[in-house]
Amino acid sequence: MADGPAAGRAARPGAGLRVGLFVTCVNDTLYPGTGRAVVTLLERLGVAVDFPMEQSCCGQPQFNTGYRRAAEPLVRRHARAFAEYDYVVTPSGSCAAMIRDNHPGIVPDSAPVAERTYELTEFLVDVLGVTDVGAYYPHTVTYHPTCHGLRALRLGDRPRRLLAAVRGLTLVELPGAEECCGFGGTFAVKNAAVSAAMGADKAAAVMGTGAEAVCTVDNSCLMHIGGTLSRLGSPVRPVHLAEILAATAATGAAAEGSSG
Amino acid sequence: MSGTFLGMPAFPRAAAESTGDARLRANLRHATRTIRDKRARAVAELPDWQRLRAAGAAVKDRTLRHLDHYLEQLERAVTEAGGTVHWAADAAEANRIVTGLVLATGEREAVKVKSMATQETGLNAALEKAGIRAYETDLAELIVQLGDDLPSHILVPAIHRNRGEIRDIFRERMGQWGRPAPDGLTDRPAELAEAARLHLREKFLRARVAISGANFMVAETGTLVVVESEGNGRMCLTLPETLISVVGIEKVVPTWQDLEIFLQLLPRSSTAERMNPYTSMWTGTTDGDGPRDFHLVLLDNGRTDALADAVGRQALRCIRCSACLNVCPVYERAGGHAYGSAYPGPIGAILTPQLRGVTSPLDASLPYASSLCGACYDVCPVAINIPEVLVHLRERVVEGGEVTVRGTRTRIRPARGHAAERAAMRAAGWAFGHPRLLRAGQRLAGRARRLQPRRLPLPGPGRAWSATRDLPPLPAEPFRDWWQRTRGDRQAPEGRADRADRAGPEEERERGESP
Repeated sequence: MADGPAAGRAARPGAGLRVGLFVTCVNDTLYPGTGRAVVTLLERLGVAVDFPMEQSCCGQPQFNTGYRRAAEPLVRRHARAFAEYDYVVTPSGSCAAMIRDNHPGIVPDSAPVAERTYELTEFLVDVLGVTDVGAYYPHTVTYHPTCHGLRALRLGDRPRRLLAAVRGLTLVELPGAEECCGFGGTFAVKNAAVSAAMGADKAAAVMGTGAEAVCTVDNSCLMHIGGTLSRLGSPVRPVHLAEILAATAATGAAAEGSSG
Repeated sequence: MSGTFLGMPAFPRAAAESTGDARLRANLRHATRTIRDKRARAVAELPDWQRLRAAGAAVKDRTLRHLDHYLEQLERAVTEAGGTVHWAADAAEANRIVTGLVLATGEREAVKVKSMATQETGLNAALEKAGIRAYETDLAELIVQLGDDLPSHILVPAIHRNRGEIRDIFRERMGQWGRPAPDGLTDRPAELAEAARLHLREKFLRARVAISGANFMVAETGTLVVVESEGNGRMCLTLPETLISVVGIEKVVPTWQDLEIFLQLLPRSSTAERMNPYTSMWTGTTDGDGPRDFHLVLLDNGRTDALADAVGRQALRCIRCSACLNVCPVYERAGGHAYGSAYPGPIGAILTPQLRGVTSPLDASLPYASSLCGACYDVCPVAINIPEVLVHLRERVVEGGEVTVRGTRTRIRPARGHAAERAAMRAAGWAFGHPRLLRAGQRLAGRARRLQPRRLPLPGPGRAWSATRDLPPLPAEPFRDWWQRTRGDRQAPEGRADRADRAGPEEERERGESP
C-alpha cells in the first residue's frame, strides 16, 4: 500500500502551470471538502493552484431554467475572474459543460476562458497526462457517470482509468450507469415526482452493487443520489471522485465521504 | 392540435399521478428498455452512422431553408401525376378539407393508416362529428381506438398497455366496431394479432376511402412514402378508390436519392430493424392500379412559425422515429399521456410548445419536462439538439419575447406562475454577483448548521426536495474561508478584477477567529 509514484516525489507534471480553481458555488457552500481535495491533489502533482476570490457561480441554474439574462452578469464575472490563468479546473462536469458550451453564446468575450476550462478528470488525463495520481482508498466503489460528464463533455473512460489506478480501491459496475439520476437542477423540484422516481431507481442500482461508496464527478448529482440513499437508510456514502483521488495512506481517514 | 388532449393538467401534476401507477411504470419500463437495447444494436451495425446522421440533418436543414421552393415543386409534380393538392393553414382547415373530400365520395367510413399528422389535428373526432367513422388499422392505433384511449407513444401508441389489457379491450370492444374477437381469446401475441387481422380484414375489403399520412414526400417526382411493419398501410394505400394523405409541410425531401439516407436512419432508430417490412410509395394516380382519386393535404399548423425560430426550427427535422422517447428517463416514468399532445416525450416537449405556443399552463410546463440529461440528442437520427431547444423554450416561457404566431412577429409576455421563481433567480444572481455577501450568508448558515433539519419538511418549494431526499449536512466552513485561512496570504496574480472582494478588513478579522 505504498503511495504511487506521483505522490509528491519525482512526478510533478503540473509544475509551472498557472491554474485557477473554479470550485463552483455548490462545492463552496455545501461540499468544501471536495474543493480542499482538488487543492490537495493538484498541489501533490506540482500544480500551483490559485483560487480567485471573486468567483461565484457559472450561472447554470439560471441559464438552464430559462433565465439567460440573470446568468449574463455571472458569466461576465466568471470570465473576468479567470482571465489570466493558463487553465481553469473545476470539479464539476455540469459546470464545466455550462462554461464551455454556453458561456460564449451568452457573453462572446468569455470564449477564451471557456476554451481553457477543464473538468478535473480531463485536466488530469489530458493536460497533466496522469492516470495514477498516487491515491490510496481501500473501499469498494461504484461510479455513476453523470449526464454532463458522459454526454456533454464526453469524459469517456477518464474517470474509470483514474479510479482503476487507485490503490486499495475495488471498482464495481453500476447497472444502468448511463441513465440520469434524476437531479437535473430545478427539475428536481419542478418535477419532483419524476425526479424522485429516477433517484429511487438509481439508489436501488447503487445499493445493488454492494459498494461502500458511490462516486461521481459532480456533487449536485451526488446531493440527489446521496439524499435519496440517506432517506432510504442506506449506508452507502456519496463521495466525489476528487476526494478519492486526494486520499493517500496518510490521509485515508480524512476522506470518508463528501462532506465538510 | 388534438382536441382530445384539451384541458389536461400541466406536466408535473399529470406526471406525478402517472409515475405512481405501478402497472404503467412496469409496462413502460419493459417496453422502452427492450426497444432501447435493440436500437443500440441496430445502429452499432453501421460504421457510418454518425455521417448518415449528419447527412440527414443537413438534407433536412437545407430543405427547410428552401421549403417554399420544394413545396411548390412538390405541388406541381403531384398535380402532373394526377393528384390534387390542398393547403391547410391549421388543424381546423385540414379537418374541414378532409371531411369535405370524404363526404363528396358519398361514403361514411374510411380506413386509416397510422398518421401522426391526423392525430395532431384530431381528425377522427372531426370526422365523427360529420357522421363519418374512421377505422384505425395500425394494430396499436386499433387498441387505442377500441379502448377509447389516447395514444401515448409516436411509434407504439398503445405502449402503456400490456398483453392482458389488450386481450380485455379486444374481448369487450371489438364487437361494437365490427367483427368480434374470437371466443376464448388469450393474451398470446399470435392470437391477439390474428384477432386484429380478422377484425381489420373486413374493413380493408369494404373500404372505399383511405386516409393516410406520409413519412416522406419527394419534391422532384411528387412521390409519397409510407414505411410500416404490419402491411395494413399497404392495404389502405392500394385497395380503396380514394386516398387522402394529410402530411406536415416539413416532410418534403428534394430527391429520391435523399431517401437513401432516411430509409436507413428511420427503421434502425424506430423499430431497430435494418429495413422496415413495408415501404409503400405512390405518385399521383395510375389507371387500373390503386386509388383513382388522390388528394394531398399539406398541413402547416404552426410549422411555419417554428421555422421562423432560429433555434427551435431544428425540431422540424424530426422524422418521428421515437428513439428519443425510448431512451428518455422522464418519458419512461411519466408515460406519454402526461405530455398532453399527440407528440409525447422529448420531441413533444420541444415540438408541442412551438406548434401550440406556450400560453396554456400545460404547454408552458413541457419545456421543463426534462432533466436535460441529453440521452435524446445522442440517439436522434437527425441530430436535433433537444436540450438546447428545451432551454431556449424555457427562456421563452419565463422571459417572454418575440415569437411568430400565424406568420406575424408578436411579443409575448412571460407565462404566468413564474413570478416567485424569477425573483429567486434574480436574488441568487445578485448574491452570486456579490461574493462578499454570499460569504456572509454561507458563514451564517455554517454557524446555524446544528439547527439545520436534514429531514423535516422544508417550507415552500423546498418541500418538493425534502419529501424524498435528505439534505447534505452543512459544512463548518465554506471553501473560500478555508482557502483564505490556509492560503490567503499568497500573492495574487496582478490585474484581477474586483480586488475589493478579495481581502477587505472584514476578511482580515475573520481569519483571526478561524480555528
